[in-house]
Amino acid sequence: MMTDLTNLTVAQIRDGHRAGDFSAVEVAEAFNANVAAAKALNAFIVETPEQALGAAKQADADRAAGTLKPLSGVPIGMKDLFATKGVQTTAASHMLEGFVPRYESTVSQKLWDAGAGMLGKLNLDQFAMGSSNETSFFGNVISPWKRNDGGNAALAPGGSSGGSSAAIAARLCPAATGTDTGGSIRQPAAFTGISGIKPTYGRCSRWGIVAFASSLDQAGPMARDVRDCAIMLQNMAGFDPKDATSLDLPVPDWEAALSSDLKGKKVGIPREYRLEGIDPDIDAMWDAGIAMLKDAGAEVVEISLPHTKYALPAYYIIAPAEASSNLARYDGVRYGLRDLPQGAGLQDMYAATRAEGFGPEVKRRIMIGTYVLSAGFYDAYYTQAQKVRTLISRDFSAAFETCDVILAPTAPSAAFGLGEKTADPLSMYLNDVFAVPASLAGLPAMSVPAALNREGLPLGLQIIGKAFDEQGVLNAGLAIEERAGFTARAEKWW
Amino acid sequence: MAIDQATVKKIASLARIAISDAEAAAMEGELNNILGWVEQLGEVDVSGVEPMTAVIPNTLRLRDDIVDADPLTGGNRRDDVLANAPEPQHGFFGVPKVIE
Repeated sequence: MMTDLTNLTVAQIRDGHRAGDFSAVEVAEAFNANVAAAKALNAFIVETPEQALGAAKQADADRAAGTLKPLSGVPIGMKDLFATKGVQTTAASHMLEGFVPRYESTVSQKLWDAGAGMLGKLNLDQFAMGSSNETSFFGNVISPWKRNDGGNAALAPGGSSGGSSAAIAARLCPAATGTDTGGSIRQPAAFTGISGIKPTYGRCSRWGIVAFASSLDQAGPMARDVRDCAIMLQNMAGFDPKDATSLDLPVPDWEAALSSDLKGKKVGIPREYRLEGIDPDIDAMWDAGIAMLKDAGAEVVEISLPHTKYALPAYYIIAPAEASSNLARYDGVRYGLRDLPQGAGLQDMYAATRAEGFGPEVKRRIMIGTYVLSAGFYDAYYTQAQKVRTLISRDFSAAFETCDVILAPTAPSAAFGLGEKTADPLSMYLNDVFAVPASLAGLPAMSVPAALNREGLPLGLQIIGKAFDEQGVLNAGLAIEERAGFTARAEKWW
Repeated sequence: MAIDQATVKKIASLARIAISDAEAAAMEGELNNILGWVEQLGEVDVSGVEPMTAVIPNTLRLRDDIVDADPLTGGNRRDDVLANAPEPQHGFFGVPKVIE
């Protein structure tokens, strides 16, 4: 084999397979080998090489029969938050260790129906709660990236979709699913030099995804480039009657309509995202991104999103409140862990099971959520936060009267070291400052790699679009991708 | 409004999470930090603002009134439903005795 198949993008695998340049089995074997050799990254909770091979054999047979599907021959990673029939689904928790779903999530089923194969279930922050992948019951995911300071510090791959980001950056899979509640696709993508898009809330069915905060949770793809994100997303999105918040809209052919010509488009630069004391590398990257979009023909306008500073505190009321309600289902009765102390009654069993099955961050959020929803505090916290959320959403609506997309950094820093932020939960929360507002407003937003900082670590630019305008987001992302020329990758040490 | 250890234990009890004194002490500081930080929402003028109920306008659909309309979520799936139960008994979920 002349080329290393694991260096190919989703589009290249799809097209090369279609053209007969290689077989799908060769592709699956190459990625299976990379997965098996990368235990040091701890990106996978379960590896499923046989499923990847099975789908590949089917893809090769389909090619011979002339019945190729959109993702035939493409093996992918599946975040372990999606229920997969017959394959353990844990949400990286002890609570769901050993849980083997008897059904398939809508999004994963769509991907299999499109011909994709599964390389395995990817590690994540426990119940998707975290920004560094340090809350997983199955251990930290280690980023393939290292600082260029000669040190050997293990870095966070971002979170919660940290297994997805690490696996793609390390060429263990060409693409993966992620979910984004308050930045969980975009921040890990930025930390590892890959792309990822959270579509408009409701584009992808939540059915069969382990719930965290239902009004915010949204699935989306992560991949090496913008085109691959478009290909993946159009095979994940679509109306699903089993999700009451699913959007009943046709799924556009986002890939076919990709265009980096931004003539006539206006790009908004939110002045509230210029944080005092922020790493100068972040601002420099942002300025470079502005120049790139101008070069692509766009007009740049300053905008104001006045309630930006309140987005994060509102999020840390709303998301825990919904989590405390969603996670009430883990009671040791119907599925998952049961801890029944000697002679205990039902109530003691609930309390013991939940003490044993949830990690510290999950407990913290359930506790906050329980408190802000409790009698006497509901209006002061929860109702107030939902009103602020309305104001944040209005900020975006007003801004989109003068611009088509918004450009901002994805995160306020590059990847930090494992353990650097775990002592202070609040400092960890603050890393999602630029990602959370779009989540609260349900808007499509993506991160594309834009630069390396002075430590040699990737930084991402974020594009936020109008509701339903994934195309505008992808196109602006493509314009940056073409101009940033980001080709850096982590040197292999694992 | 700062919370004390007794409140932490009350919240844990409401959330059905067993918690030791040491854990409650540690959590008291953490929760106060977080709650102190979210207090800043109180300074936002929200007069006349409705709380958000649906982030993307959507209408609630009703499915057709047909038994087992969806084969995945319809009835007659007892064995699937019980497959991951920690203590299935005679086709039911087993729990510790709740009535003396």
